[in-house]
Amino acid sequence: MENFSIFDVIGPVMIGPSSSHTAGASKIGYMAAQIFEHEINKVDFYLHGSFYKTHSGHGTDRALLAGIMKFKPDDRNIRYAFKIADKEGIEYRFIEEDLGEVHPNSVKIVMYSKDGETEQIIGSSVGGGRILIVKIGDTDVEVDGDYSTLITKHYDKPGMIAKVSTILSKYKINIAFMKVFRQMKGANASLIVQVDDFIGEDVISTIKEAEGIIDVKFIKSLDM
Amino acid sequence: MIIRKANDVLKICEKENIPIWEVAVRYEMAESGLSRQEIVEKMGSNFLHMKASINAGLNERQDGVECKMFKDDAKKIMKYRETNKPLSGYVISKAVAYALSVMEINCSMGRVVAAPTAGASGVLPATIVSTLETLELGDDVGVNGLFTAGLVGIIIGKNASLSGAIGGCQAEIGSAAAMGAATAVEISGGTPKMAFDAAAIAIKSMMGLVCDPVAGLVEVPCAKRNGMGTSNALVAADMALAGISSVIPFDEVVMAMHKVGRSMPGSLKETAEGGVAVTPTGLRLKKEIFGE
Repeated sequence: MENFSIFDVIGPVMIGPSSSHTAGASKIGYMAAQIFEHEINKVDFYLHGSFYKTHSGHGTDRALLAGIMKFKPDDRNIRYAFKIADKEGIEYRFIEEDLGEVHPNSVKIVMYSKDGETEQIIGSSVGGGRILIVKIGDTDVEVDGDYSTLITKHYDKPGMIAKVSTILSKYKINIAFMKVFRQMKGANASLIVQVDDFIGEDVISTIKEAEGIIDVKFIKSLDM
Repeated sequence: MIIRKANDVLKICEKENIPIWEVAVRYEMAESGLSRQEIVEKMGSNFLHMKASINAGLNERQDGVECKMFKDDAKKIMKYRETNKPLSGYVISKAVAYALSVMEINCSMGRVVAAPTAGASGVLPATIVSTLETLELGDDVGVNGLFTAGLVGIIIGKNASLSGAIGGCQAEIGSAAAMGAATAVEISGGTPKMAFDAAAIAIKSMMGLVCDPVAGLVEVPCAKRNGMGTSNALVAADMALAGISSVIPFDEVVMAMHKVGRSMPGSLKETAEGGVAVTPTGLRLKKEIFGE
């Protein structure tokens, strides 16, 4: 864990009882909803390890659901999340599942919208309320919510990273951190770029048009 | 500004002739790009939330949601110290009441400041506010103190862990006690070296502490351990202020803590599968709260 802020340690201001199981959980839910972008009318939470074992006592279930409804971790309405979701007609389930080699406090969230869109993410609560989204769909990622993040899906071939960074530099967007993942050589790869600035639609569509790019996603920082 | 170890901080303190909290403010300015004023205001707000969480547990009732395994412990000890001579003294007994108060707000789904986590959120408010009251100092000193605490926490986080699921309770309440001890020393006018000595003494006294929440809830034994972590912080600060150093330096203590955390089995790291969580009473309480 590099790049600690003092406010990661003194903070956040949050609803108890557990920074990892309550505040972290609500952040993962919030990020999931932000990544999905559609209005959610059904959501399944698959909880791993100690996350499942202790979830109801820590209000992890309420917090995840509150996050999906975009409540922030210091919102006093978190305790009423079930009631509010019922009222808004959101279906939800909590299921135990072994998610494999992940942080002990991890959850897979599968979201559905009215118009048939669906998306799934895996997020981990890594301590002190800090989180990491490690998978979006079938793509490995690392999104911590502290920085806005650009994720590309592209063909694994020379020059792709240069293409993306050239476009970002043209729009004066500063790259803070960058990581590359791939499934296997020559297949699909993805580039995770954490940036200091907001990336507008114009930049996204310029990257999308670049040869070799399959898809581009921009995820705003949590800013809480 | 690259800070990984207490030694990095001590070097800057010595070179610039500044306290730890000032290094922390400069570190945060460099990390975040925010101005000094913005950072201090944000910390000021955290400090006020901390004070509010102490007062809430001592004075208000939470609506509807209550802790499942205890009630009004903070009020009990406040009342006791008014009518008795507390054996641990008026300062420690009051500080313990403060810590219990915050923990009661936390487990009743009220608002607290994680420091470094919610499960350990009683220690810092209790240590800092009681120290300010003892020395008759103002809130601004307390806000500075939170910067000291934060930087100590960052060093522990970078070299060990601040999560019970990774390092056991030593990583949560042990870290909070270390952060509180260093802060109490700086508030009292001790040197940066004394502050890290106090932090080292505090961690050593809680090393190996397991995370064994009954029924998986942040109540038993967490709340009272916050009280003990607070007293640990204050006593460690007194030792350091008296000129006692930690024979093992802070950075080495943190490395030791990291290794101890790694060698701890999963059953003792927040899973509620070991320690007091699986005693006959612990298991009975779990059944009473959640059923089968």
